[in-house]
Amino acid sequence: MREEKLERNSPRYLRGIHRTLTGFHPAIESVLAAIIGLLIGAVVMWLWGYDPIAAYSTMLKGAFADKWGLADSGAIAAPLILTALTFSICLRAGMFNIGAEGQLIMAGLAVVSVGFFSLPPGLHHVVALLFAMVAGAIWSIGPALLKLTRGVHEVVSTIMFNWIAHFLAIYLIGTILMNPRSADQTIPVPSTAIFSKLVKGTDLTYAVFVAIGFSLIIYFILWHTTIGYEVRAAGLNPSAARYGGIKNKRTILLSFILGGVSAGLAAAMILLGSSSTHAMYRLHGQLTNVGFDGMAVAMVGRNHPIGILFSALFFGGLNAGGRLMQLGSSPVPVQMVRLVMGVIVFTMSIPELARIFPAIRRYSVKLVRDLRQLGSSAGRRQSR
Amino acid sequence: MILTLIGFTLRAMVPITLTAVGEIIGETAGLFNIGLEGILLVSAFAGAFGATIVGPIGGLAIGMGVGALVGLLFAIVSTYWKGTQMVAGIGINLLAIGFVEFGMIRFSSNAGAFSIPSEFQLTRLNTPFGLLSPVIFIALALPFVIYWFLRRTRAGLILKAVGESPEAADVAGINVNRVRLVASTVGGMLAGLGGAYMSVAWFGFVTKGMSAGRGFIALATVVFSGLNPILALVGGALFGFFRSLGLWVDTIPGFPIPAEFLQMLPYIVTLLVVSGVIGRVRFPKALGQPYKRE
Repeated sequence: MREEKLERNSPRYLRGIHRTLTGFHPAIESVLAAIIGLLIGAVVMWLWGYDPIAAYSTMLKGAFADKWGLADSGAIAAPLILTALTFSICLRAGMFNIGAEGQLIMAGLAVVSVGFFSLPPGLHHVVALLFAMVAGAIWSIGPALLKLTRGVHEVVSTIMFNWIAHFLAIYLIGTILMNPRSADQTIPVPSTAIFSKLVKGTDLTYAVFVAIGFSLIIYFILWHTTIGYEVRAAGLNPSAARYGGIKNKRTILLSFILGGVSAGLAAAMILLGSSSTHAMYRLHGQLTNVGFDGMAVAMVGRNHPIGILFSALFFGGLNAGGRLMQLGSSPVPVQMVRLVMGVIVFTMSIPELARIFPAIRRYSVKLVRDLRQLGSSAGRRQSR
Repeated sequence: MILTLIGFTLRAMVPITLTAVGEIIGETAGLFNIGLEGILLVSAFAGAFGATIVGPIGGLAIGMGVGALVGLLFAIVSTYWKGTQMVAGIGINLLAIGFVEFGMIRFSSNAGAFSIPSEFQLTRLNTPFGLLSPVIFIALALPFVIYWFLRRTRAGLILKAVGESPEAADVAGINVNRVRLVASTVGGMLAGLGGAYMSVAWFGFVTKGMSAGRGFIALATVVFSGLNPILALVGGALFGFFRSLGLWVDTIPGFPIPAEFLQMLPYIVTLLVVSGVIGRVRFPKALGQPYKRE
């Protein structure tokens, strides 16, 4: 309720952004955007001579039909949850942090460097995760400080940091971190730091619990602590928050650090978990674009830590199923999925999307109302 | 030797300057498009494939057309549908990566890169600075034309009014949304020319990472220029110079700094320049906000 009050008093344009991206009313618009994205994806496939129906059915079957499919979807979802959190935490503080990609790369370098020393399992895992978190955080402090001291727009600075990280990684992977047996990758993470498989024969490891746990922690921090309230208040209405004694500088810095920690953990999810070689490649291999895909996940998840869990599973499924799709009878490249993601994000930018389709809106409003009445009457019956 | 360096700089400057000038037109009208990176990438791809079918000039035209189309889409979403421009821009960037990765695999035997046969590339002119594409001269002249247009014509003033105070413009009988639509389309077209130039007239190939942050460097250039197209030319030249310097120094045998660090130069310089000028530049009041009639 407090949040709604804050929103009502915030400047008009911020209110627009907030309503578009967080939305108090449930996931109808996310679902709608996902359907539009998949439909446009189907049209593109059809135009370019693929069979969209066969492709989508292979994809869905591969992603959600059995235990193994679900496990692979979950394995891809784990890092996406964390990069989505990077974007969402900062968005809640009013910042557009699109630097998850660079923070992920730097954390990846830190994670593989645990191969230089040996520790007992358990401790080695913790050290690897700590390395990832610290590296991610360090790389995200740069844009935050540039924003606070010089007013550099975070969209520009985070992208520049991404490219600097990209070239730094190419350099380090080619020199000190290089695997002497194969020059295009780093030394692998030692087995004492690798998470064991949760479902045999798939990529899903115990690492996924780190992702889910972190997302719950973020939920707790943002909605059940004072500093979290300050972050959200500052993002919604900076001037009112300032009058209320909230230090915007502190909330911006905190959101960037938490975002960096989250992106860092995403790199650990891949290198300690789902990757088959547990090494980073010269052109970053599996880490490529995970940061950007996370933004799509964040928006469909309404920038809420819990919503992100579901939307990450959806996108993880698209990717896991997409891998099967490209092996099927009409092989469609898995890159299709990113096209669909782009359309979804583009669609999500439209506020109150459902209003464009008045009929759909009318029906969905009715549906929600009816469901609510149903729920409340059921509740009344119970209390009686 | 200095002449070659200037030639290098001129070639590297074009996409950044064209994109920045296009964005200046859009931002003057109050639209903040961070999807430039995506427009560069898509139009480089479309231009390259267009060039192999209808020749280099046609390829450039197709690139411009695709850029204009994306600009138009962006404008529709962020004016008539009151979309969040930042998010629409991120969407364009993601869409572009997906589209180009997908298209590469569909249309090219090599998923990593698609080279344009030399007969389909734009002819370069032989100058003392090395081989220069005619597009470079367009990029050199255009900022002055746009400067004149923005400061000295009625249409330029209308554009400014729409960006500064859409309410006042509306009262004066200007159709705010339509003006923004045109501005964004023209801006997208210029970015599209920049993208198509990269593949058809400069590199001669397309890769999925070929925009390499240039769209964002162009955004930084716009900040640096304070919406003055002529300063955008200077900014573009500056970043072009540092990119070329890296490439050029790298050819010196035994140079102590590794190539990767030289390749970082344009990005580091961008950060330094942008953090140096902020606070002195002023942006249109209504930048980034959709206009709603009360």
